[in-house]
Amino acid sequence: MTGTLAPSRPGVRTGFGRLVHAEWTKFRTVRGWVIAMVAVALVTVLLGLFSAQGSHSSCGSGPVETACPAVPVGPGGEAVNDHFFFVHRSLTGDGAITVRLTSLTGIITYPPPNHDEIVPGVVPWAKAGVIIKDGTRPGSAYAALVLTGRHGVRMQHDFTGDTAGRPGGASAASPRWLRLTRSGDTLTGHESPDGTHWTEVGTAHLAGLPATAQVGLLVTSPGDLTVKQGALGGSIEQSRFTQATGVFDHVEVRGDTSGGAWSHGEVGATGTQTDWEKYHRPAGVERSGGTFTVSGSGDIAPRGSGEGIRIENTLTGAFAGMILLVIVAVLFVTAEYRRGLIRTTLLAEPRRGRVLGAKAVVIGLVTFVTGLIAAVVAVPVCTHILRANGNYVLPVSWLTELRLMAGTAALLAVAAVFALALGALFRRGVAAVTAAVVVLVLPHVLATASVLPEGAAQWLLRLTPAAAFAIQQSIPAYPQVTGHYVPQDGYYPLPPWAGLAVFCGYAALALGLAVVRLRRRDA
Amino acid sequence: MRRHLHAEWTKLRTVPGTGWLLLAVAGLTVALSALAAAAVTCPATGCGTDTTKLSLTGVQLGQAAVALLAVLGIGGEYGTGMIHTTLTAMPDRTTVLTAKAAVLAGLTMAAGTVAVLGSVLAARLILPGSGFTSAHGHPLPSLADGATLRAAAGSVLYLMLIALLSLGVATAVRDSAAAVGTVLGLLYLFPIIGHVVSDPHWQRRLWQISPMNAGLAIQSTTELRSLPLTPWAGLGVLAAWTAAALLCGGLLLRLRDA
Repeated sequence: MTGTLAPSRPGVRTGFGRLVHAEWTKFRTVRGWVIAMVAVALVTVLLGLFSAQGSHSSCGSGPVETACPAVPVGPGGEAVNDHFFFVHRSLTGDGAITVRLTSLTGIITYPPPNHDEIVPGVVPWAKAGVIIKDGTRPGSAYAALVLTGRHGVRMQHDFTGDTAGRPGGASAASPRWLRLTRSGDTLTGHESPDGTHWTEVGTAHLAGLPATAQVGLLVTSPGDLTVKQGALGGSIEQSRFTQATGVFDHVEVRGDTSGGAWSHGEVGATGTQTDWEKYHRPAGVERSGGTFTVSGSGDIAPRGSGEGIRIENTLTGAFAGMILLVIVAVLFVTAEYRRGLIRTTLLAEPRRGRVLGAKAVVIGLVTFVTGLIAAVVAVPVCTHILRANGNYVLPVSWLTELRLMAGTAALLAVAAVFALALGALFRRGVAAVTAAVVVLVLPHVLATASVLPEGAAQWLLRLTPAAAFAIQQSIPAYPQVTGHYVPQDGYYPLPPWAGLAVFCGYAALALGLAVVRLRRRDA
Repeated sequence: MRRHLHAEWTKLRTVPGTGWLLLAVAGLTVALSALAAAAVTCPATGCGTDTTKLSLTGVQLGQAAVALLAVLGIGGEYGTGMIHTTLTAMPDRTTVLTAKAAVLAGLTMAAGTVAVLGSVLAARLILPGSGFTSAHGHPLPSLADGATLRAAAGSVLYLMLIALLSLGVATAVRDSAAAVGTVLGLLYLFPIIGHVVSDPHWQRRLWQISPMNAGLAIQSTTELRSLPLTPWAGLGVLAAWTAAALLCGGLLLRLRDA
């Protein structure tokens, strides 16, 4: 060993904790920065309150206000649509229902391009099939094996579960046989082209399904959705009434059906009828011999973000807080250059990368705590105000709520580190602030409020740091539900944590470049 | 006044960042506009895209470079202490600010014109390849068309107003980083918040007072009736913000120590 320079000399503490402490002292002794961090939290909360106060909603027709109808909630806690025509009977204990489906037809009212006539047609997610359900209350647990308009046979359960079976439709020449078997809490779906050779489609476990459940036939048909460009940017969605009709025969229920004969009714009926239902074909069942012809409208599916207010809307103020935060984080490093303090700092700790690391730790932690406090206050308070104003806030699980709050705090913390890195990279506060704000906020503006097409908007939110806002998405997109899943409705192209990871990647890259630059250049 | 203008022109011309920022205004605007034009397709069934507005999308990015340029126009002087020399040499502060505003407005108009013409040219080259043809009801954006000319000229004016707005804010705030943060916040936050408020009445009102939403109404050429403001009234909203910022900055410049 010939080297005599030890990385740390006796008597001088150069631990990382010491550095962090020094940086923390620098941060907390600048009064303006501390006030600005308080303002970050305040702006976040106050803008949330403002937007909650500005959102009112009521039900009823014309000047008559009535209580809004209760929205059913599925077994998973999510808001659901549970509206279909149900021909059913009781089944106690284990058993099975087998049917042959020979036709699935329907009508669509006033579709594009001319919007002037009612045409025959089946929407892609119209459903006809067999179901075992915990009673007829909307939102109760179920498992169903259905043939859909354009997605073949599906095994679905509890609104969110969906397993694909064989594609194709049904006709008198090539009917589809469907069988749903209950064995304890396990329900299994089988299908067959001929009633002899059966293939398993999927299974579902419905914990807590009571001994006596309702078994029977279901038909439903969701609205036909079209989307057109809105003048203020974004888009306008229109949904038109549709109805599906399924023809079933060879209906056979095995098991203890002593509870009574077939009965029928509309689950989740709205109490109103469209003109088509009044004058042509109401939702219902016609029975002739062993053949059931069932017609229905509606959907059995989780509700999308358009059918209520998303809980993450209460944290819109985080955008404003973030801009303020970017300024503080940038100044945290550029002020040292302006005042010449950086020379003292680097004299005290010559390993420059560690200095920047300590700064990043301090600004990241301070921001995370500030953001978390703001989120923990804003989310429940604003949700309460929104509900008090008659709005329907889509329910989410406590885990999702936790992810929203902690994720927003983490997003702000990463934004602070990113801004700090840009500040160290550019050494000019003004350039760093501009770059950070443009990169963080502009993609979101372009994606949600411009004339950019949806595909481009989604790529923006995949590739830019603004992908991180996916961490706030509370309502997932379901491929088995017809919907318009675009950023402006709160659907991000990346999963929540992947979106945040993209941003973390950018922040790490910026920090790495800043360290390289700090090492190579004179301060 | 000529002396003032000459002084401000010399200062701005000899600061190393100015040339790059003017290039950035034109370059970023054209680049984003071209990307936006390349991202759309028009199927044979037709599409409701406002091609003029689309081809000027880049202004939303270019304005950030304009804001940076204008903020540095006075913020840079505060940062280096040059402002003391300036005000000693030219004690009439209103005239100093006016001269700065005039020089910045001129430069931004020049860069903005290049940016807007470049964007329209890019759209003319790119859009026909994605199905935007006269047969589909989308003739190429052309400056001979009255609405398109209004959108293009209005976009140049928009960028100029953003420069003056930024100058006013920077004069009032005196710190470049804080000033540019304020300006960008003012521009970008309104569209985001307006998008979240569910009450349509509030939504329209926020749109009407938002400098960016209202100001960019000047770019719209289709469905003008559904806009909360007419294009020129929208640009007027931005002009009001600019006037308020300049007035505020000018008053503070006169009243405060530098």
